Amino acid sequence: MKEKEGNKKGKQLSSVSRREFIKGLGAGALGTAALSGGIIALKEAEAHPAEESLEEGIKIPLRLKINGIRYKVEVEPRYTLVDVIRDQLQLTGTKKACDRGECGACTVLLDGKPVYSCMTLAITAAGRDIMTIEGLASGEELHPIQQAFLENDAFQCGFCTSGQIMAVNGLLKQNLNPSREEARNALAGNICRCGTYTRILEATLDASQRLRKGGGNRG
Amino acid sequence: MLTFSYYAPTSLNQACRLLSEAQGQARLLAGGTDLLIQMKRNLVKPQFLIDLKKIKRLKGIEYDPEKGLRIRALVTHSELLHNPWILGYYPILAQAAQTIGSVQIRNKGTVGGNLCHAVPSADLAPPLLVLNARAVVRGLKGKKFIPLEEFFCAPNQTILKDGEILQEIEVPRMPERSKAIYLKHGIRRAMEIAIVGVAVLMALKPDRRTCAEVRIALGAVAPTPIRVVEAENSLQGKIIAPEEIEKAASIAAAHAQPITDLRGSAEYRQEIVRVLTARAITHAARII
Repeated sequence: MKEKEGNKKGKQLSSVSRREFIKGLGAGALGTAALSGGIIALKEAEAHPAEESLEEGIKIPLRLKINGIRYKVEVEPRYTLVDVIRDQLQLTGTKKACDRGECGACTVLLDGKPVYSCMTLAITAAGRDIMTIEGLASGEELHPIQQAFLENDAFQCGFCTSGQIMAVNGLLKQNLNPSREEARNALAGNICRCGTYTRILEATLDASQRLRKGGGNRG
Repeated sequence: MLTFSYYAPTSLNQACRLLSEAQGQARLLAGGTDLLIQMKRNLVKPQFLIDLKKIKRLKGIEYDPEKGLRIRALVTHSELLHNPWILGYYPILAQAAQTIGSVQIRNKGTVGGNLCHAVPSADLAPPLLVLNARAVVRGLKGKKFIPLEEFFCAPNQTILKDGEILQEIEVPRMPERSKAIYLKHGIRRAMEIAIVGVAVLMALKPDRRTCAEVRIALGAVAPTPIRVVEAENSLQGKIIAPEEIEKAASIAAAHAQPITDLRGSAEYRQEIVRVLTARAITHAARII
């Protein structure tokens, strides 16, 4: 309901119609349209009168590279990465909980670094390396971090676990031998409502040991 | 989130043009850690979103032994934490960056976003204020240099006008025999907005007991991050002693104008300013 009001208001307010705005861009900006997936928005927006698109939004073709696999999706600029990963690609291992960058359940790696996928627009992830929990195990064989979580009983309900594991994965990609303090720090952005923090910390240190023995974190 | 049109210009000039053509209907996207939350809650409803991340000129940190440090607007908090120049010459910035959010937020949130969002509690503001940083602002008519003290106008409001974009922050060299420190008071150690933030830069005279110059800045206790010159003046030229430190800290507390909110009462914040200012001065003077 609110959303509709907002849209209507936006329409009335626009002293610059989107069409005029896009025209105003000039050739320079349009020339860059071909350079990257994200900027296709310009071309698409010009092809369809923007006023019509206010309700449904304009879909833009986008290529996402997730766990080494290239996917083609169609997204509106406002779609967040977690929604595209879960709803369009059915990679539901990534969880959506708070949807406002506070809980960490949606943590994925973007170019090897942990980020909240609920606070990342899918369009801005085009052309970058995305890794989700599905990218960890090879077949039936669990990744050492997953194995460490399992053996240390580092979860109860499990809803936060994929986010926790991706945060640990991000840490162990940068630092294979973290101190307890460094591990705590790296996990500070992930909430566990069951309160298994102590075990998650143990699992993290255990995983770092396993990976050091195994010759590094290839996850 | 409401619909918007998305643009990802590749040059600063294009971005400025887009921004000015949008006549206030556009928002700039950097890390998105603040903006996207506001957009999801419909607190901010931009018709146009201008993503700055494809602009190379907004990225990177440079250091020149003469001119000092240049932090481009899109530098993330994580980059501050790992940059050898920052760790070597301006450790206060890494120290402050470490207190922001969580690793996921530090990997996305940017220096420019932290400053342009202009919340009174921005953790990078007090450190940059005591470092005498200045903002380099790009507009359609060219570049402007603005001392950071003049950059913040009110909560969520900077001096930037339509069509202007923060390009980088210039940080001069720290004075000789000086040390700077940032202390943040919160209930948690992560994912926390400062209840009070205090930054102190202390430069000593060659005798290493007399204060040659001191700069004190406060966060989260006024409509904007502030310098407290009155407290600085009371300590300047004095031999650092507990009474002098207490006096300066009390003056700093008296000049804070905090509000009462869910994170703490005004009286509480004022008291914390006194305690943290004294602590920060003591640390900064001791570790030189």
